[in-house]
Amino acid sequence: MRILSLAGRRLAASIPTLFLILIGVFLLLQLAPGDTVDALMAQMGGGDAATAEALRKFYGLDLSVPAQLGNYLWHLVRLDLGFSSIYGKPVATVILERLPPTILLMTASLSFAFFFGLVFGVIASRGVNRWPDTMISTLGLIFYATPSFWFGLMAIVVFSVYLQWLPPGGFEDIGNVQTGIWHVLDIAAHLVLPTLTLGLIFLAIYLRIMRASMLEVLNLDFVRTARAKGLDETHVITRHVLRNALLPMVTLIGLQAGTMLGGSVVVESVFSLPGLGRLAYESVVQRDLNTLLGIVFVSALLVISVNFVVDLLYARLDPRIAAEG
Amino acid sequence: MDLSRLEINRRTALLTSAAIAANVINPMRAFAQETPRKGGVFNVHYGAEQRQLNPSIQASTGVYIIGGKIQENLVDLDASGQPVGVLAESWEATPDGKTVTFKLRKGITWHDGKPFTSEDVAFTAMNMWKKILNYGSTLQLFLTAVDTPDPQTAIFRYERPMPLNLLLRALPDLGYVSAKHLYESGDIRQNPTNLAPVGTGPFKFVKYERGQYIIADRNPDYWRPNAPYLDRIVWKVITDRAAAAAQMEAGELHYSPFSGLTISDMARLGKDKRFIVSTKGNEGNARTNTIEFNFRRKELADIRVRRAIAHAINVPFFIENFLGDFAKLGTGPIPSTSTDFYPGPNTPQYPYDKAKAIALLDEAGFKASGGNRFSLKLLPAPWGEDISLWSTFIQQSLGEVGIQVDIVRNDGGGFLKQVYDDHAFDLATGWHQYRNDPAVSTTVWYRSGQPKGAPWTNQWGWEDKTVDKTIDDAATEVDPAKRKALYADFVKEVNTELPVWMPIEQIFVTVITAKARNHSNTPRWGSASWHDLWLSA
Repeated sequence: MRILSLAGRRLAASIPTLFLILIGVFLLLQLAPGDTVDALMAQMGGGDAATAEALRKFYGLDLSVPAQLGNYLWHLVRLDLGFSSIYGKPVATVILERLPPTILLMTASLSFAFFFGLVFGVIASRGVNRWPDTMISTLGLIFYATPSFWFGLMAIVVFSVYLQWLPPGGFEDIGNVQTGIWHVLDIAAHLVLPTLTLGLIFLAIYLRIMRASMLEVLNLDFVRTARAKGLDETHVITRHVLRNALLPMVTLIGLQAGTMLGGSVVVESVFSLPGLGRLAYESVVQRDLNTLLGIVFVSALLVISVNFVVDLLYARLDPRIAAEG
Repeated sequence: MDLSRLEINRRTALLTSAAIAANVINPMRAFAQETPRKGGVFNVHYGAEQRQLNPSIQASTGVYIIGGKIQENLVDLDASGQPVGVLAESWEATPDGKTVTFKLRKGITWHDGKPFTSEDVAFTAMNMWKKILNYGSTLQLFLTAVDTPDPQTAIFRYERPMPLNLLLRALPDLGYVSAKHLYESGDIRQNPTNLAPVGTGPFKFVKYERGQYIIADRNPDYWRPNAPYLDRIVWKVITDRAAAAAQMEAGELHYSPFSGLTISDMARLGKDKRFIVSTKGNEGNARTNTIEFNFRRKELADIRVRRAIAHAINVPFFIENFLGDFAKLGTGPIPSTSTDFYPGPNTPQYPYDKAKAIALLDEAGFKASGGNRFSLKLLPAPWGEDISLWSTFIQQSLGEVGIQVDIVRNDGGGFLKQVYDDHAFDLATGWHQYRNDPAVSTTVWYRSGQPKGAPWTNQWGWEDKTVDKTIDDAATEVDPAKRKALYADFVKEVNTELPVWMPIEQIFVTVITAKARNHSNTPRWGSASWHDLWLSA
């Protein structure tokens, strides 16, 4: 269980980092001109100075910046994320409401990208420089080069407007609310297009990494040994090559869990999903400091826990890591 | 685009015998649409979520589009733009303008069953309109008390004369009533009712899922007979404009209000028979594009430079090539849609004249050295793509007369802070919203003495005693004809001095399904109660 203690140490090390990030974001947002009352004024279409002053007091903005930061950190130590000015609710509640769509979308598209990236990567590497490889690589390049909002909009136009197979947006059908298994299927239907949109770009990256690392491992000595032993090709690929080639893929998942959260701002907006990405965007525009810091906090926790799982996976895939610890 | 497609269809169908003959085959299609149909769900595009939904404490279209169906105002505007009673049945003012008496409708109940009385009006006026409501607090500044001699009478008492026509034109937006029994204890801003509004309107609030949707159902006890027709309204939160256009096409949305789609999508859907794209029903929400000058820059404090800048920009060319049918040439702060106050186009204007612009700049002593006279920082507001296009057009036009313009983009909060509080701009451009009477939100752009930080007010470092006096006189003038004349003087004066230039007039664009009936039939229809709206089969 040395790997666990290693990961535990990493976890402990990430706590100061987390605080530094939060303080950094807090100070960065102070540099942005305007506060949440200015943003509210922009939304309301104007108001007089007395109203603005009353609102600043209401949102606790009449305190000095260090006092506000001190207040925030003091609350955070007691695991209180504060009050959201745009939602008028505790930040923890707001984020909890938004977490399920984001996590669903993230897991679905990561699994999609990982699985198909793996399969296509292996196929491409087996037929390197022949037509399957060329076709897969070209497709990958197209997916990678296309902006996700465009992909999303085109998917809506094709599958929702013309073919009318899938809903064009939203998280669930509002018109007739389903229960049980039908509700699950309804949400699944709403998530197909966003998952594909978000997943395709990552798929492109995964398949290229997979292809490259397969090719690299295929040339190593132990593969030659395995072949020399007289193992059949399938056995060589699945037992010897794939396992070693998977390491870079797993690393990438850990790295991209964070990117996925950010990347979903676009996808969530295009498909009107109530996720964390949109909430973060809204909090920046509305200068809702507490909510934004809360999201940074939760995202950081997500990234840390994904990396924790990745660490465990490493050990499983390559026992040398646990042994060397 | 202004004409409703439906009307053309109906008229053609009646006049052309061939059409009638054709309709014999399918008579239902041509004539069944005339009887209002009960039922149906109306899906509305909701682009920007607000922090709360009560129109008594926040005057903005983003609140009216929802709260305006659930809560009602004392008066609204009818099809011709004249005030018509809603919760108020009649009104009268004393000749000195200091007392206005409203007679309220009988037998109206709140959605929770409690009766609606003058106590509610008095409470809302004194605690919300006067203290919290943006623009309301300015309008009701001199309101001293609201007396309630009986449940059907509310007497508004003012310290200074309140012109009745100003009050009646402001109240459709600034006169939504909230229930006293739900608000009398605790902080009004924090009251949970703000996110689950209770009103007297045709639709009852059901559910608000933040970031997703809001639902309101038909109020079976609504006071107007046979109304409303719709069973339900669903507002869907869709922040991406292109995605909203796709949802309109997929039939998931029936209505996108207040220019909610991109200019190109609105033009495209306008050619599609399934939709009506029009500015009709938004006349009460006119706006003008501005150029705001900072007088703290010595160049801009020179009137010749401001006029030169105006002459250097080819506004008709810009409108024709970038905004199309949705905009027209503006003539000043009071737009031509304001039938009560528009002074006509015969006020000082600044048509495109590059030679004159160059001559004025030379005369002011700002010679071009190496092609560049001086540089200006332009801050565009982030509200719409027209402002973004307009700011680029300003940059290129002024470049041609030797003024280098650097565009600095901000988001909403940042823009307001930098322009109206920090004064960190040379030129700014955004929208001036005209709210049916110049005293509501127009004259503050020009009146001196605005507190620093108040958005959309005179923060230019410019002061003119004559203009101040005209504004003050008009605000308390009780005689409608004299008031109109005073505002005509006002437009002449500010168009001469040009502290702000307002050369483009725009009305919001509605995109709505061709199945909707009784839509866009008042000047502020997007904000109206929709009690008569129905959907044909």
